Amino acid sequence: MEGLNFIGAGLACFAMLGAAIGVGNIFASYLSGAMRNPSAAPQQFGNLIFGFAVTEALGIFGLVIAFILIFAV
Amino acid sequence: MMVSTDPMHQFQIERLVPIEINGWDLSFTNSALWMVLSVLGVIVFLALVTANLKTVPGRAQSLAEIWYGFVNGIVKDVNHEDGKPFVPLVFTIFSFIFVANMLGMIGFGPFHVFTTTSHVAVTGALALFTVGLVVVVGVWKNGFKFLKVFVPSGVPIYVLWFVVIIEIFSFLSRPLSLAMRLFANMLAGHVALKIFAGFIPTLAISLGALGVAMGGLLVLPLVIGITALEFLVAFLQAYVFAILTCVYLNDALHPGH
Repeated sequence: MEGLNFIGAGLACFAMLGAAIGVGNIFASYLSGAMRNPSAAPQQFGNLIFGFAVTEALGIFGLVIAFILIFAV
Repeated sequence: MMVSTDPMHQFQIERLVPIEINGWDLSFTNSALWMVLSVLGVIVFLALVTANLKTVPGRAQSLAEIWYGFVNGIVKDVNHEDGKPFVPLVFTIFSFIFVANMLGMIGFGPFHVFTTTSHVAVTGALALFTVGLVVVVGVWKNGFKFLKVFVPSGVPIYVLWFVVIIEIFSFLSRPLSLAMRLFANMLAGHVALKIFAGFIPTLAISLGALGVAMGGLLVLPLVIGITALEFLVAFLQAYVFAILTCVYLNDALHPGH
């Protein structure tokens, strides 16, 4: 059963798929909203970054699990 | 033939001044050295620039004013008037992370700068301090009403118990996600940079002149692009840490939204 941790690490990278969809959705929604009402866009930039950071964290959790499986198991 | 380019070697911690007290390893490491240098950098720069203030700022003074105004703007946007006492705190956290990230981007030849924020011990301490401060401020300002942070208003009573459980877990994962985001972004960025840069000597050795041309014309522009992206990430992560500090402080100031 040697080397199964590498397969697990590869599987853990599927977390990035969800994070990619989420981050893409956030920026797409921000852009379409900003195109409709450009004058209101700058006030929402902080919310954009906050949503991006919270969504990105879940992808990073997957990356950390991959790192643990490679280096610490 | 592969060139040995270990991407993890740059994160090695070395003891510069070994100190051991009662079996505790308190050595002054390269990580500590670069932390001290980034703090000193911020202090010395701001002290020099604001030494003789003018009504019409010069180049250096307006840089410091933009820097402070930027952080002030973040706090004002998120916390409004209540956030005023916390501007120096957020400014300190932002400046330290920003300067440490930017110093970490320097690295050429024998002169290698250690990226302090690529170690979970450093980012974890920062995150625990931030979340601990939020708890202290929340209890100090609201007393027992701070527990309302776990009970959102306007939720039907039959799903409330479940929402409370989710809120507790989301609160507990805050220091973890704060620490991991900064650490993983800096680590992954520097590893990717090193791996892509390692393609050039590998190509040059295995393919000869053709490899040199390919590495120089195809890979080098890519590495330059990734370096530029890393500078953006270095700034963005400091910004994200500052904005999340403000958002969490908002919970402490007004629990129960």
